[in-house]
Amino acid sequence: MGNLLTIRDLRLEAGPPRAPKVILEGLDLDLDRGEVLGLVGESGAGKSSAGLAAMGFTRDGVRIAGGGIQFDGIDLARASQGQLRRLHGRRIAYVAQSAAASFNPAHRLIDQFAEGPLLHGTADAGAARDDARALYRQMQLPNPDQIGFRYPHEVSGGQLQRAMTAMAMACRPDLIIFDEPTTALDVTTQIEVLGAMRDITERYGTAAIYITHDLAVVSQMADRITVMRHGREVETQPTQRMLEAPEEPYTRSLWAVRGIQKPAATGSAPPLLTLEGASAQYRGFKALDGIDLALAKGRTTAVVGESGSGKSTLAKVIAGLMAPSEGRVLWEGAPLAGHHGKRDKRQLRDIQMIYQMADTALNPRHTVRETLERPVGFFTGLRGAARRARVRELMELIELDPEEFLDRRIPELSGGQKQRIGIARALAAEPRFIICDEVTSALDQIVAEGILKLLIRLQEELGLSYMFITHDLATVEAIADEVVVMKDGQIIEAGARAQIFEAPRQAYTRRLLASVPQMDAGWLDRARRDAAEAKSLEAAG
Amino acid sequence: MTRLNKLILSRLGLGVVTLFAVSALMFIGIELLPGDLAQQILGQSATPETLAAFRAELGLDLPPHVRYLDWLAGVVQGDFGQSLASGREVTDLLSTRLANTMFLAGYAAVIAVPIAVSLGLLAALWRNSIFDRTANIGALSAISMPEFFVAYLLILVFSIKLGWFPTLARIDTAESLGQALRVTFLPALTLIMVVIAHMMRMTRAAIINVLAAPYIEMARLKGVPRWRVILRHALPNAMAPIINVIALNLAYLIVGVVVVEVVFSYPGLGQLLVDAVASRDFPVVQAVGLFFAGTYILLNTGADILSILSNPRLRQTG
Repeated sequence: MGNLLTIRDLRLEAGPPRAPKVILEGLDLDLDRGEVLGLVGESGAGKSSAGLAAMGFTRDGVRIAGGGIQFDGIDLARASQGQLRRLHGRRIAYVAQSAAASFNPAHRLIDQFAEGPLLHGTADAGAARDDARALYRQMQLPNPDQIGFRYPHEVSGGQLQRAMTAMAMACRPDLIIFDEPTTALDVTTQIEVLGAMRDITERYGTAAIYITHDLAVVSQMADRITVMRHGREVETQPTQRMLEAPEEPYTRSLWAVRGIQKPAATGSAPPLLTLEGASAQYRGFKALDGIDLALAKGRTTAVVGESGSGKSTLAKVIAGLMAPSEGRVLWEGAPLAGHHGKRDKRQLRDIQMIYQMADTALNPRHTVRETLERPVGFFTGLRGAARRARVRELMELIELDPEEFLDRRIPELSGGQKQRIGIARALAAEPRFIICDEVTSALDQIVAEGILKLLIRLQEELGLSYMFITHDLATVEAIADEVVVMKDGQIIEAGARAQIFEAPRQAYTRRLLASVPQMDAGWLDRARRDAAEAKSLEAAG
Repeated sequence: MTRLNKLILSRLGLGVVTLFAVSALMFIGIELLPGDLAQQILGQSATPETLAAFRAELGLDLPPHVRYLDWLAGVVQGDFGQSLASGREVTDLLSTRLANTMFLAGYAAVIAVPIAVSLGLLAALWRNSIFDRTANIGALSAISMPEFFVAYLLILVFSIKLGWFPTLARIDTAESLGQALRVTFLPALTLIMVVIAHMMRMTRAAIINVLAAPYIEMARLKGVPRWRVILRHALPNAMAPIINVIALNLAYLIVGVVVVEVVFSYPGLGQLLVDAVASRDFPVVQAVGLFFAGTYILLNTGADILSILSNPRLRQTG
């Protein structure tokens, strides 16, 4: 067969042996030398576990309960720890999701690069360093001769991810596992990183398993795609076939997620909240620079931009978490105090926030009931039966059954349910304006779609106005009425959704739009070419 | 490095303020104690006249705030005054005791710190193994027994049954370093048993906490052996809590050993302080108290500086 990796009927279990939780069941995978296999699925589908199992590695508490993993004639499922250690890094390497968390903060990049070759005896210290520089250069890192001498915190996320791919290549492995390597990156950075990864695996003929939840990304990288769900394989097809003619209904539903779109708003609406020349600073660093913005009543304004563009600072200034250093914020024409402590209770109720990480925004020790009763009591003054009734009403608004969920604790909820509780918590104040800060970015596509539909419905029923902060342009396209593009603390471009998406005026906006991964296989090449052109245009002004 | 310098300066400044506050509190404390130095030294039979003359000679008849300020003026100029009880210079009185205390603390620390950290690392490496459990139970049992009980137990075994070490730690009669180490072995061992548990458990907890980080999984997937993962990847990121708990225990070794000193009649600062409090000898109490407070401040500041130096992220931001 000439196969590099053969996985047959693999079963992974966690928890007590008598009542195990099945992580992976009946998984078959085949990989030839130099081939790239995409593993696609939502979180909890078992794709990361499958990727690690391809290295013969399981996380704590997970065990291989059946089946075989053959890597170049070696049975990884039965190999000793010593045998595996000699393979890891040497013949099978791993690239983790968050490079910032996966580089050791205490050591310089080049020392972490050299650790593998030195341990495995493939190079001495000098040769490893020279090789690091060469690979940094091939990964198109800026200043490749010096960048290795920096500590991880001194290097940006996109560069770290490239440095990690270089580190994975250090011993020229036969197989690399890419575990969601670009999920944490901005779209424009993602293109560069994807391109560099693809170039280097092609150059050295390295086989790869590319794990992601993003179909468009995987279709750029993989020769074949395996779709997974609930720890099982749904279907496997060559990339082109998978894109054009997916066979399974589940696969087709993944394709369809990108389909929701809110009907376009008609007519004009009076402004609810206005910013006039608002600036904000962190210790002299101007995070927000002279923002003029009017947010219309009953509409959804999406604020897009890459990390560091000032979109979160904008939210903080509106919510009163950070006072503007210049300019002011107006609510229905009347000035709002810069600091939330100086706003009156009605103003505080009117502006609410939903956070990206419902996990950290909600107190894990509280039940759903406690989470909702407190703000209801605090903001509306309701007590006793009236408060209980209001909490039930909120639960119905967010489409969760009160009987089933009110007495559960927050950690017992799924990610999507937690985010719904986060929405209910905001609604408890009976606000008129809600800031949604990346509310779907931690969620799977299908779950995210449910949250977006809920937000659209709530807007229709309650006449809410939203400011939607996101870096995900697909989300913007789905729910925004107005779009504001931010960069370096300033508004680059603002307008109606259709105008921004169909006729963007600024080169940066065009580059941002072009960076959104598309399903067709040629997108990455086109996007890299366009990005290079757009950058030179931007540089020229 | 400016940030680090700023931190050191502000800590030292705060330390001086703390020392002032400590000295004032101690003075008030001594004033509140019942009893009288003159009465104690001259005995019950002393006439009121001799008592008054004695007080006048030592300045005890002056109002408290005047005495305090007098003393403070001396200290600022480096003069800690004379002991009221013996009339000797406080600095003379302190110097030999101080050397003894530092000797015993250093002796215990040099053995306890490496053992505690290594045991902690091994316990983290073999988490939940027999070794881990034994080390934990042993350390916890040692810390659960009162110091004097541990001390008497060691005396019973090593002095009385086996006769290897003397019961009295008479360091002042020791002629060589070897002999000094031998006579002070039992008090040092007592202290080691008391401080090891805390440091060991904190090392273990700090390492285990770091082992959950993604970069640890990354290191393992690079084929790094387990012991190297602990030493090279986990330990540097767990330094801050370990350094802090070591500093706390070093301070304890210098400041908190009075019970052990009494059991072994070891001539250290703790005994001196207890004697001085008993006789209301306030210049001595003040001097020892200030030294103890200064020890805490310096060790804690040192620990903070080392924690910062161990973290590249904090080390470099200027």
